[in-house]
Amino acid sequence: MEYETVIGLETHVQLKTKSKMWCGCANEFGAPPNTNVCPVCLGMPGVLPVANEEGLRLTTLTGYLLNCSVPRFAKFDRKNYFYPDAPKNYQITQYDKPSTVSGYVDFEFNGGISRVRITRAHLEEDVGKNFHFDRNSGVDFNRAGVPLLEIVSEPDITSADMAYEYLNALKDILIYGGVSDCDMEKGMVRCDVNVSVRPVGQKELGAKIEIKNMNSFSGVRKALEYEIPRQIAVVSKGGKLSQETRRWDDVAGITETMRTKEQAHDYRYFPEPDLMPFEPTEAWLEDVSKRVVELPLARKQRFMSAYQLPASDAQTFVWDVPLGTYFEQAVTGAKNPKAVANWVINNLRAKLAETQTALADTKVKPSSIPELVALVDSGKISGKIAQDVFAEMFATGEAPAKIVEAKGLAQVSDTGAIEKLCDEAIAANSKTVEDYKSGKVAALNSLKGQVMKLSKGKANPALVGEILEKKLKS
Amino acid sequence: MLNQLTISELTAKVARKEVSAREVMQSCLDQIGRIDGQIHAFLSYDAADALAQADALDKVVAGGAAANRPLLGAPIGIKDVLAVKGQPLNCASKILGKFVSPYDATVIQRLKAAGAIVFGRLNMDEFAMGSSTENSAFGVTRNPWDTSRIPGGSSGGSAAAVAADECLAALGTDTGGSIRQPAALCGCVGLKPTYGRVSRYGLVAFASSLDQIGPFTKDVRDAAMLLEVLSGVDHADSTSVPQPVPHYAAGLTGEIKGLKIGLPKEYMVGGLDPEVNQAVQNAVKQLQQLGAEVIEISLPHTDYAVATYYIVATAEASANLARFDGIRYGARVEGSDPISLYGNTRGAGFGAEVKRRIILGTYVLSSGYYDAYYLRAQKVRTLIRQDFLKAFEKVDVIVTPTSPTAAFKIGEKSDDPLQMYLSDIFTISCNLAGICGVSLPCGFTANPKLPIGLQVLGKPFGEETLLKVAHAYEQSTRWHKEKPIGKLTRR
Ligand SMILES: [Zn+2]
Repeated sequence: MEYETVIGLETHVQLKTKSKMWCGCANEFGAPPNTNVCPVCLGMPGVLPVANEEGLRLTTLTGYLLNCSVPRFAKFDRKNYFYPDAPKNYQITQYDKPSTVSGYVDFEFNGGISRVRITRAHLEEDVGKNFHFDRNSGVDFNRAGVPLLEIVSEPDITSADMAYEYLNALKDILIYGGVSDCDMEKGMVRCDVNVSVRPVGQKELGAKIEIKNMNSFSGVRKALEYEIPRQIAVVSKGGKLSQETRRWDDVAGITETMRTKEQAHDYRYFPEPDLMPFEPTEAWLEDVSKRVVELPLARKQRFMSAYQLPASDAQTFVWDVPLGTYFEQAVTGAKNPKAVANWVINNLRAKLAETQTALADTKVKPSSIPELVALVDSGKISGKIAQDVFAEMFATGEAPAKIVEAKGLAQVSDTGAIEKLCDEAIAANSKTVEDYKSGKVAALNSLKGQVMKLSKGKANPALVGEILEKKLKS
Repeated sequence: MLNQLTISELTAKVARKEVSAREVMQSCLDQIGRIDGQIHAFLSYDAADALAQADALDKVVAGGAAANRPLLGAPIGIKDVLAVKGQPLNCASKILGKFVSPYDATVIQRLKAAGAIVFGRLNMDEFAMGSSTENSAFGVTRNPWDTSRIPGGSSGGSAAAVAADECLAALGTDTGGSIRQPAALCGCVGLKPTYGRVSRYGLVAFASSLDQIGPFTKDVRDAAMLLEVLSGVDHADSTSVPQPVPHYAAGLTGEIKGLKIGLPKEYMVGGLDPEVNQAVQNAVKQLQQLGAEVIEISLPHTDYAVATYYIVATAEASANLARFDGIRYGARVEGSDPISLYGNTRGAGFGAEVKRRIILGTYVLSSGYYDAYYLRAQKVRTLIRQDFLKAFEKVDVIVTPTSPTAAFKIGEKSDDPLQMYLSDIFTISCNLAGICGVSLPCGFTANPKLPIGLQVLGKPFGEETLLKVAHAYEQSTRWHKEKPIGKLTRR
């Protein structure tokens, strides 16, 4: 019997706000333990939360980026559970009226475009971090109260690889939109997996098994690569799986039971009485929508179709947004977009890196790039000379035509002058000439090189080849 | 004696430099020294800090910079549920151990800015859960009128301290009557503002959607003065409302001719003490003589108020009190793992009534029971609020007894939680509806002589009218001038 896999992901992402969600403490990674704390985020008696508006904005912005709808009424709820990292022993979250619902993420997978629907993306607060020492334990509450978005997918994912690609696409979108830095090392992204298997053709889902404790996207993939065959093995041997939560052990490379359905928490959600419902106005939503950026996949597709760029170049401009913007300024009206892209990616970017210059500080005007391309394409200068011209452009910001003129770099296409140089070369390299005549075609290139050398690189290489060949064959 | 003054009498004297803030404060400390051993209103007080505050105020007066300090030099006692920086904060519970607040509640900041001397930790039912102050982990407070009786609760310490002239006024909190009922039982004025009128930042929450902070005072004018200082939107409390704060004391004209007063027919219930009933009837007649028009009204969902209250309040409390776990602060009883540490700490730290309410609240929120209890209670709560809003279309204020009986004996109801809960029957609807209410003296029982309270309820943000009616009545009687002190000092 064949089995199919059904996977849904719950991804937690820290929002990139300056301060925490309910207090004024800094939202920053790496401070000494319990230094970014105050009575509010420590859950001292008598304190109250006050919503950070930027956290609400970034939540709504994420909704827009994930093609969600944004209800005009959202509220906060308390999720009750006892754990030492939870300062209040309840977490403020959004239960039945989340800030954003019903979206989707499109991403490249298996040579095509796949879509995973988003159930909801809701706002909640992060908790502290437990540390275990030799004889006791401690909690660092610097992270407690940091705004956290929980992005819940529909069970649209069918394989470990697809889960991996979805997570990367999601991460790209969130970084792109300025919503989160998504730094896995700093714990800014965490992910829980729900996975079940069923015989192909069966309508009802298999027992839903949740896996926790993966700390990287490849960890998610590895956990699924272990868990899916495990479930299929149980079911195909006639065994029965039951709903449970399992823990991924990254070292051992296995999942193991954490708690069964009977041990599941009853979180006793109820509306948070300390916060008013959130009812955004039209103007507020309009303001947030102004921050929506072009998504990575859309940008890539646009660069490929509008400028006929190969996927790799388009991807480069997706990753390096300022460089892509520079390219789009340079390419306006250019006849050869691919050549412009080559100069921007291979030359400009390399030179910036080499000289540790920021793109914003470069002296090279975007309009100079297509000008340089045109000089090469029209045969005015050789590709080799163009490199020297570019170096000068980079150093001085001068326009390429001016540099060519001032330095006398224009390509020599005067047939008479080239013929003279060819004669010189033939005369000086009789051995090579013999080789060519005896059938060694490659010898022609050597002679060509000699002519170019004599012309100090300025001779039109195509013309040189043509004339040499004519002379040698005559 | 200075400690017997009202705030309005005192501030004028301090501003004129007839008396110093230090003299007033010292006079209150002396009174506490004389009688608090008998009533135990204070859990603790920091005399040195109180006198230092007084000295600082006297310097301000000497420097001629005492303007805009409407509470200048007034010693105000604080219920042990409000955070005062550098002072203990125990909520009359063992679970907070030696906790000292690292910050000031918004109301405390406002009192200090208004020139008040903020001092003392006033006794209460543990975490404000109770109607008699018998649930304090640190011993009961006794009623100054009869020390064998309870002072009411949960703000029993605040009411007793004001009634016994140990301070000029006090702050309490009211979740289901915890200001009005003890004010009635001790014979002082107690005001519960409209929900959202006063910031809750720094109030250790019992039931967040019901709690409000309010003043205990010796007369209605002082309540108006204090309310004006306490009120107003606060960026630290999202549920505080940006409604303008009127000059409440200016509205105390004594003129209530033509005002409509509602008498809810549902409040004339069995169990209402005949003397209490008589006193309230007399008060209604007095209001009529002052020119008010009395109209019978109906609040049809009154019968469901107590049940609704004990679901909503305990549900919120079960989450609010979860933070007392022995991990970050307060008392801790070690365990072999976090769960046993929680169990040991909370088992030893909370009293019986608090545990009862946490369990009740946890139960009503549990999966499978939520819809039947919590959700339904929220719906009934909406109906109760609508009852009041509908009634207020016809009347300006509503008048009821504050408590069905005068102060009962210590221990009389402590084994019967339901009887205890029913003593809040007239006060809890006000919190469920989010409206404002005040209790003020309207007579005494004959033997023993115990105060009886009249409750006046007002529209949301209708404190101005509420206080005007209460003031007009008060000034036409002598009840508020009666003192229990003679009894205490004779013993
Ligand atoms: Zn903080």
